Amino acid sequence: MEKNIILKIEDLKVNINDKEILKGLDLEIKEGEIHALMGTNGAGKSTLVKTLSGHYDCVVNDGKITYKNKDLLEMDVTQRANEGIFMSFQSPVEVSGVNNSYFLKTAMNAKRAYAGLPEMDAMEFLKLTKEETAKFSIDRKLLQRDLNDGFSGGEKKRNELIQLLMLKPDLIMLDEIDSGLDVDAIKTVANVINSMLDGKKSILMITHYDRLLELIKPDFVHILHDGKIVKTGDYTLALELDEKGYEAIGINDVNK
Amino acid sequence: MADNQQIHDVINKEYKLGFETLVQSDTFEKGLNEDVIKAISAKKDEPSWLLDFRLKAYKKWLKMEEPSWANLKYPKIDYQDIAYYSAPKKALDSLDEVDPEILKTYEKLGIPLEEQKMLAGVAVDAVFDSVSVKTTYQEELEKLGIIFCSISEAAHKYPQLVQDYLASVVPPTDNYFAALNCAVFTDGSFVYIPPNTRCPMELSTYFRINALNTGQFERTLIICDEGSYVSYNEGCSAPSRDERQLHAAVVELIALKDAQIKYSTIQNWFPGDDNGKGGILNFVTKRGMCKGDNSKISWTQVETGSAITWKYPSCILQGDNSVGEFYSVAIASKSQQADTGTKMVHLGKNTKSTIISKGISAMSGVNAYRGLVRVGKNASNARNISECDSLLIGNKCHAHTYPYHEIRNSSANIEHEATTSKISEEQLFYLSQRGIDEENAIAMIVNGFCKEVLKELPMEFAAEAKELLNISLEGSVG
Repeated sequence: MEKNIILKIEDLKVNINDKEILKGLDLEIKEGEIHALMGTNGAGKSTLVKTLSGHYDCVVNDGKITYKNKDLLEMDVTQRANEGIFMSFQSPVEVSGVNNSYFLKTAMNAKRAYAGLPEMDAMEFLKLTKEETAKFSIDRKLLQRDLNDGFSGGEKKRNELIQLLMLKPDLIMLDEIDSGLDVDAIKTVANVINSMLDGKKSILMITHYDRLLELIKPDFVHILHDGKIVKTGDYTLALELDEKGYEAIGINDVNK
Repeated sequence: MADNQQIHDVINKEYKLGFETLVQSDTFEKGLNEDVIKAISAKKDEPSWLLDFRLKAYKKWLKMEEPSWANLKYPKIDYQDIAYYSAPKKALDSLDEVDPEILKTYEKLGIPLEEQKMLAGVAVDAVFDSVSVKTTYQEELEKLGIIFCSISEAAHKYPQLVQDYLASVVPPTDNYFAALNCAVFTDGSFVYIPPNTRCPMELSTYFRINALNTGQFERTLIICDEGSYVSYNEGCSAPSRDERQLHAAVVELIALKDAQIKYSTIQNWFPGDDNGKGGILNFVTKRGMCKGDNSKISWTQVETGSAITWKYPSCILQGDNSVGEFYSVAIASKSQQADTGTKMVHLGKNTKSTIISKGISAMSGVNAYRGLVRVGKNASNARNISECDSLLIGNKCHAHTYPYHEIRNSSANIEHEATTSKISEEQLFYLSQRGIDEENAIAMIVNGFCKEVLKELPMEFAAEAKELLNISLEGSVG
């Protein structure tokens, strides 16, 4: 059976601080697919992910984004989130005074309310966090602290994973979730992501390294350059890139 | 984010208690002179010593100057353009005789006064303009020897106690507004807790300004005798009007040996509109005296209303080992200006004070923390911890911190910490990206910011305070 298209981006042009970053980008993601975005610094990878989640920095000048057959650009940040778009942050912001588990429970219930489901009570919520964190040996104590407050880089990433497990989004966007993590932590990330693959959920991940790609095998690898996708291939494209570098495939890395 | 319309709307929630009660009232002509003071005293059928006290204070007030050191801007107050007494016309001997409109008012405010509906576990004194209309649970408290009544009633029934303690903490000469209050104060609550008694319920006074062009000058006196404990709360609101209204209260607390007083305020006077039109001018003197050894006074305030707030609930730590605490959340939104803080005066040995102040500024609000820690010559081993945090929402608001320290004993240990932070776009985006709408996201962040103070409020009032923060800022506290 033909899979449904979850996300379709057509000729997307986006400015940040009056500078055009995305210059006519096209991308189509179907349910259950894993897409990896690669490219040199400044190519527009993060901008794409931020634009999809409705970040205030991103000004869409042209193009169309269709998500679950709806016009994504008509939705605000919250609505997109409640429609199942999740973005893991490279470096999640600290919010002192706000209890992490209170925050997560509020987010879960916001999503449930949006879907017309009854509120989840504290007992149910605790039970669920216990189960989900135990599966991946993630320290539940993170939930007792204030949201990302004083967390180490690794703790922040693990906290993103807890949110991912609890919120169960449909389009999971990972912005360098592997950066700064050791091998074991990267394995945890991969285990979490792989456990969520149910043939329905789709993934769009940004990464510089192939370590994570080895563990989460993408169906498609896209090379982003100067605001456009210049090359698309399968997992072997990532391997080729790792072996030969960007210049071998005809991309001039301005950062070098 | 600062000029984001959504945030604007959210912060700008309507003042919900701005309705006016239509009730026939007996209101004095505007103006202030000795005859007006005599008339107030006569209305209350006061003993002559109290009238003398008023007149003396008035003479002193005439010679005083309105203070100008606070970081507040407001047009000069014309003290002859204010009515100094307003009372609902009907007699108030029993609840049956209270105007049903007034009962409805308190119902609307969530403070039912009718016997069958009274708040369980909370005794309430309801002050409407210049008079106390009802005090609940009085008889039950009396059985324990606890006195909870209006100060007018106390002047008749317990003249000795009132004479001994009135103005013993805040003398008429203390400051301009205190002197004015001494001259024209109308009503307020009186509390006396006998020795070794723990007051079994929360005592609460609810102040409502209703009449137009009237000032409210309430006077509260709380005495906690040796080894006793009381938790007292006050709430306030007023109709939304275009005219500014003056509120100049004096509150005095006295804690004798081993006594503890916990005083909580939820202040929600009408803040005025976006352009600074209308609103209450809140000039209040609150001071507690830790008179006996091992006594403790704790102030907790959530200040969300008023156009202008000038208020420094203070503690004089006279007894050895006495403890003073000040926990404050102050919001200045719209065109509100708040200059608030505390004074901790250490006189006894081994005295301790804690100051936790959380100022929130939004829109064009101006918020100042002003605090004094004074350690006297003989106050050995005094200890103070101050923490003053400011939170800014948007780019047009201001936050200031003015800490003053006067230390005359070298054994003192004083710590002061101050921070200023902004609700960042990044934080809001993070919470929104997880599905929490902007309004609730701001609420959550503000609530988190105030957590240390809100947890000090009695249970019954914490929920109300949270809700109020929501309304004042944004749903600003979830």
